[in-house]
Amino acid sequence: MNYTIIGNSAAAVGAVEAIRRYDRKGEIVVVSREPYSVYSRPLISHLLAGHIQENRIFYREKDFYKRNRIQTFLRREVKAIQAKSHLLLLDDGERLGFEKLLIATGGCPIIPPVKGINRRGVFTFTTWDDAKEIRRYVRKKPVESAVVIGGGLIGLKAMEALMALGLRITVIELMDRILSATFDKKASEMIERQLKAKGANLITENTVEEILGSHNGIEEVLLKDGRRLKCQMVIFGIGVVPNIGLLKDTPIRSNKGIRVNIHMETNISSIYAAGDVVEIPDILLDTVRPIAIWPNAYRQGWIAGCNMAGTPRRYEGSFAMNSIEICGIPTISVGMAEAPENGFEIIQELDSKSGTYKKIILKDGVIVGAIFIGEIDRAGIYTGLIREKIDVSGVKDILLREDFGFISLPREYRKHLVRGEGVFL
Amino acid sequence: MAYALYPSEFRIERDQDRCIACQVCVRQCANDGHIYDSEDDFVSSDESRCVGCHRCGTLCPTGAITIRENPMHFKTNANWTARALRDIYKQAETGGVLLTGMGCDRSYPIYFDRILLNASQVTNPSIDPLREPMELRTFLGSKPDRIELDPSGKGIRLSTNLAPQLVLETPILFSAMSYGSISYNACWALARAAKVEGTFYNTGEGGLHRDFYPYGENTIVQVASGRFGVHADYLDVAAAIEIKIGQGAKPGIGGHLPGEKVSEQISQTRMIPVGTDALSPAPHHDIYSIEDLRQLIFALKEATRYSKPVGVKIAAVHNVAPIASGIVRAGADMVAIDGLRGGTGAAPITIRDNVGIPIELAIAAVDSRLREEGIRHRASIIAAGGFRNSADVTKAIALGADAVYIGTAALVAMGCHLCQKCYTGKCNWGIATQDPYLTKRLNPKIAERRLGNLLRGWSLEIKEMLGGMGINAIESLRGNREHLRGVGLTEAELKILGIKSAGEAW
Amino acid sequence: MKRIYVHEEYCIGCRLCEIHCLVQHSRSKKILKAFKEEFPRAVSRVLVEEHGYLSFALQCRHCEEAPCLEACITGAMYRDKRTDAVLCNEKKCVGCWMCIMVCPFGVIKRDLESNKVASKCDLCLGEEMPVCVQNCPNEALTFEERTET
Repeated sequence: MNYTIIGNSAAAVGAVEAIRRYDRKGEIVVVSREPYSVYSRPLISHLLAGHIQENRIFYREKDFYKRNRIQTFLRREVKAIQAKSHLLLLDDGERLGFEKLLIATGGCPIIPPVKGINRRGVFTFTTWDDAKEIRRYVRKKPVESAVVIGGGLIGLKAMEALMALGLRITVIELMDRILSATFDKKASEMIERQLKAKGANLITENTVEEILGSHNGIEEVLLKDGRRLKCQMVIFGIGVVPNIGLLKDTPIRSNKGIRVNIHMETNISSIYAAGDVVEIPDILLDTVRPIAIWPNAYRQGWIAGCNMAGTPRRYEGSFAMNSIEICGIPTISVGMAEAPENGFEIIQELDSKSGTYKKIILKDGVIVGAIFIGEIDRAGIYTGLIREKIDVSGVKDILLREDFGFISLPREYRKHLVRGEGVFL
Repeated sequence: MAYALYPSEFRIERDQDRCIACQVCVRQCANDGHIYDSEDDFVSSDESRCVGCHRCGTLCPTGAITIRENPMHFKTNANWTARALRDIYKQAETGGVLLTGMGCDRSYPIYFDRILLNASQVTNPSIDPLREPMELRTFLGSKPDRIELDPSGKGIRLSTNLAPQLVLETPILFSAMSYGSISYNACWALARAAKVEGTFYNTGEGGLHRDFYPYGENTIVQVASGRFGVHADYLDVAAAIEIKIGQGAKPGIGGHLPGEKVSEQISQTRMIPVGTDALSPAPHHDIYSIEDLRQLIFALKEATRYSKPVGVKIAAVHNVAPIASGIVRAGADMVAIDGLRGGTGAAPITIRDNVGIPIELAIAAVDSRLREEGIRHRASIIAAGGFRNSADVTKAIALGADAVYIGTAALVAMGCHLCQKCYTGKCNWGIATQDPYLTKRLNPKIAERRLGNLLRGWSLEIKEMLGGMGINAIESLRGNREHLRGVGLTEAELKILGIKSAGEAW
Repeated sequence: MKRIYVHEEYCIGCRLCEIHCLVQHSRSKKILKAFKEEFPRAVSRVLVEEHGYLSFALQCRHCEEAPCLEACITGAMYRDKRTDAVLCNEKKCVGCWMCIMVCPFGVIKRDLESNKVASKCDLCLGEEMPVCVQNCPNEALTFEERTET
């Protein structure tokens, strides 16, 4: 059996490890346009800031490909997929046949139509090469100040890394606050305060209209409200969308992302998809959408791999979840950040002195969202309660207590989990 | 509030070099004897609360705690001992009856420590229990006056009807300890150990919890003066019934379970309201003469269709011999005699320490009297009251008992340290309490294992002693006073015990 | 594979498991030194939950399909071939806390005093019996192999 995977990140590794668990003999081929062994994409900000050396960024051991007998085609891009004839067309003309295909091409950075994006000094921030180039540019130019477009997770991580390199940073955010997709107003405000105290410049409800400069590079940007900001570098950190360009002339169905069934298979049999490129059931919002986070990518890859290797497994869906440390403050956000309308109950605890904030959103006694700023111990318990849709109305008043735990929950939930029966993300 | 007039009984010594402020002692002391100061990360102790149960010292991971008797001495006074003084101080403060738990701790003579066993030397050689069969099996119940055999038909058959018997694989049973005075887990461990080792345990006067009905075949149920928990199912499920007239720790008065220990479960099992003191009256209010006792014995036998032995338990008092005789003539299949050292969950100190007689003298007296009257076979004698080891058991059997009840020893096997505070309901070892936080401390699996180990260990030792005497069946030792000699006993004591002095031959 | 199982009906809330876990993961592995001389103090990987008179010790379940393993962005979480335990390679961990976010048992701790990396039960690295099980005075923790249906 031949398994071919387009992509070489979390979903690919998940698939490889699942396939090898059930099929030690089949042939595995990995095609990636990046030149590296699989690395941890979220760590590129650590790399940029200089917090880690390059050898620490790899996701698996050096002999990962050899040990799993994977044939790799690195620095090669797939130009087209011939779904019916099971062929991949590579950029150099080579054709690769496959029996089972996994599309794990991830996401591509969102670049809005801004004038002047072709200038030198404009970067996106999603790959190792991006981090390398930015670092080189910062040192070579030299760059004193930069503008980061996007006040979400990617934008802020880029901002932190660049500030660690000594730059003055301004973040331009479209919404009325940073991290609007991850946090509620209160949490955003707490982080904003910390960032400003560290010297970051945050501009909300605004966008960059044009990037201006000379043949030497960027000199300033023009904002929607007419203001001009001096800078020598612009980073697009708005986010990613599923990289589905490859499916243009294929019968593979997609919407916002590639559409897959419960076995991670596309509408074309033997062709699977996983990772940032797919759209999956959001079990909280009751819709189907891409939820691009590392744990989901691995899990989906794993499920796809199991199915590809002949062991049927189901992927039940996921929900938003993020864990990042900003300005040294640990934060975790799972599920809904804001209660959309009436009918939701909110329990929260704010301690300004210690700088901690905890909030739980309930609907009909079931937790649908939780935010933790500063104090994240045991946050995973709430993730589990959200996923299992456990009714916690009986323990509402102790939900946020320090000693809240399994002991406060009904015994059946305890026995089920404490015995270690199958736990899923 | 008036200050206590006397120094605390114990002193808690904490080696600060070893103390790591882990607070295990703080958490484990049910009397709040240790306090953690979070500001200084320091544990200190309040001696006035210490009962000397050693829970803290046993669990301390670095061995930092030692419990000592408070070295603060009263001026030496042979008459006014520290204890006598303390009792008066306490009584002056509270104005009530001073209570205590467990058995008499005064230094009355322990006759077991003055009786010695024999061993074979040349004639009648010893038997090795690891190589030869050794019979410890004991039958408790009324034995017939004579046996008639029927040789007709195939083989020889027994034509006499035998009264119901209890079969024990070892002559040791678990004494009566009520569910209420001890915890559910403790009862469970006793029931299971009895079943596994082939012996019996006694429900005491607390009734029988429904969960323990599966162990009915190894259960002796008690019908005490309060009749707690006595109903048809209770009698049916049991292997034997015991009418409790008295117990060694508090002869003449009834049982007492303080209201603090009457939880929901206890209330259901005993059939009394939650939180009320369970007071058993001193006499059974339907037994005012020996004829009344006979009536009750036969009422119970009728109710259980003569299918199980019905025994009577009395405390060892001055006239224990004629009383036992009357009980046997009243139709009891077993007579349990509880001596001065018998334990209890709660009793007034004055009664526990001053009423009753030692079991050694009682067994000897009862056994002799029943033999004299020619009725020894009509009932089995079970001795109780402070048996500490297998030698005590062996000596008791040699003095005339058929079997021995152990109570305190069983509790010690489960972890009891004899602090004597059972009546407070705050047993740190999870034995004499109903507090769910404390009862968890007695893991019934571990307790069952320990009880089984104790029984097996003692049984092996008894076999060794029997083998040493050249005997291979416990039957041959019963009442066999020739195997005993007294040392340091007066003529009167030797006479009552019916044994010779050490040094005298046959 | 052998795992640690909890019997909450026997847990007495003494926390001796936490103490011995800490000692086992300290530098000196000696109780007096670990508590009195080592700064920062080692972290216990087992945690005792208490509510009224109920209590039990909870540590990593070493799940067959471990969410922490899947969520780890650096690959620091891995499965030990010998014991099948889920372990954390502290050298690779960057303290992103994704594992804390996804662990439904909440048994991963931030070790802030020393390395800022995730700390969790490691089954005492293949010792015959983990020290928490060895030292529980009431046998509330057992180390056994169970085949779950």
